[in-house]
Amino acid sequence: MSQEKPENSTSRRDFMKCMAWAGTGLVWTLSGGILSSKALAGLQAAPNAPRAGPGGRSTSGFRFVQISDTHIGFEKDPNKDPVATLQESIARIRALDPAPDFLIHTGDLTHAQKAGGFDTVAQLLGDVALGGTFFVPGEHDVFGDGGKEYLARFGRGTLGGGWRSFDHQGVHFIGLVNVLNFKSGGMGMLGSEQLEWLEDDVKRLSSSTPVVVYTHIPLWAVYPEWGWTTGDAQQALAYLKRFGSVTVLNGHIHQVLQKVEGNMTFHNAMSTAFPQPAPGQGPGPGPLKVPADEVRRLLGLRSVTYTAGKQPLAVVDSTLG
Amino acid sequence: MLGLLWIAAFAGAPVPAHAASTAPAEVHIWNFTFDPPSLTVPVGATVTWINRDDEPHTVTSAEGAFTSQALDTDDSFSFRFDAPGTYVYRCAIHPQMTGTIVVR
Repeated sequence: MSQEKPENSTSRRDFMKCMAWAGTGLVWTLSGGILSSKALAGLQAAPNAPRAGPGGRSTSGFRFVQISDTHIGFEKDPNKDPVATLQESIARIRALDPAPDFLIHTGDLTHAQKAGGFDTVAQLLGDVALGGTFFVPGEHDVFGDGGKEYLARFGRGTLGGGWRSFDHQGVHFIGLVNVLNFKSGGMGMLGSEQLEWLEDDVKRLSSSTPVVVYTHIPLWAVYPEWGWTTGDAQQALAYLKRFGSVTVLNGHIHQVLQKVEGNMTFHNAMSTAFPQPAPGQGPGPGPLKVPADEVRRLLGLRSVTYTAGKQPLAVVDSTLG
Repeated sequence: MLGLLWIAAFAGAPVPAHAASTAPAEVHIWNFTFDPPSLTVPVGATVTWINRDDEPHTVTSAEGAFTSQALDTDDSFSFRFDAPGTYVYRCAIHPQMTGTIVVR
């Protein structure tokens, strides 16, 4: 597929076919807040196909990659070597053309803050994208010391417990931290300080600004019994309701799930380390024990492409196998 | 039969403190639950938690009375309760997991 082709409906379809590969089966495209999806079952794997659109990188737009739940330090079934699967994920990111401007890591860098875990992640992700990696912590990264080590290593440029916002080519990115105020009974919390900051942060923006929110625990009630929800998410989402396009990217539950609510789309990402069961399936949210030769079908990464003008924000999840 | 067992279990509960303090009081962690979720022990008893999950868990008192490091599979944590009271605790990594120790 040539990058010189004009972006018409046919080439767009071809592009989607190239981008999507076995595993997730759906491509979601967000344009002006209206989301549509296409079934992509049975298509060949082609994780590194170039982005559609005239001129590739010369168009006004960009790509970024989300990875999540690298859980460095995990060493049990179904994946005894999460460093290797992170390296495989990185190899796929490096092969992307055009390259992503930056990466977003949505937390659980380490498995229970295992010694050396942060070092490994920092080292492996160090030069993968020119723009670096934006992190938010998962509960595995902060439970032991309230986030001290995490913030010392990855908190530069952030506020409070590690939250931040930044603008990139007209898109406003907001990284939220919802693992520092856990309450007994088990849900993530953003907390009043961060909520006040968020309200203030988005005040200056026009409602037509595309907004991307990234955080570890889902901002919608995926399965509260397993702690798969954020207690005060509604307050945060209320501040974002007026925007025409809000894309929320999460990790934590190690599987792809999507939800649409008005102009907001919620995308939960796969882990690069191990899968977890579907919400409520089985006795608990432990690692899903699948045969070793099947696990890569349940691990992967996410590429998000934004193109100005038509403003499509294409979210494509790809598995490692 | 079940009823009899139930009665027997409760009939045996009020054991003299000096005897119970040396008896093992264990809470097993499996499938993301503390088992039993509520345990009553006499003053001076030592409670031991054992993690049987493949996931790390902690035993973290809500009031700060005690906290374990991350317990990996088959790791255990013990705490001696010298003061009467109701101790609510949770796993700091998976706070949906909660338990209670009642010390009398």
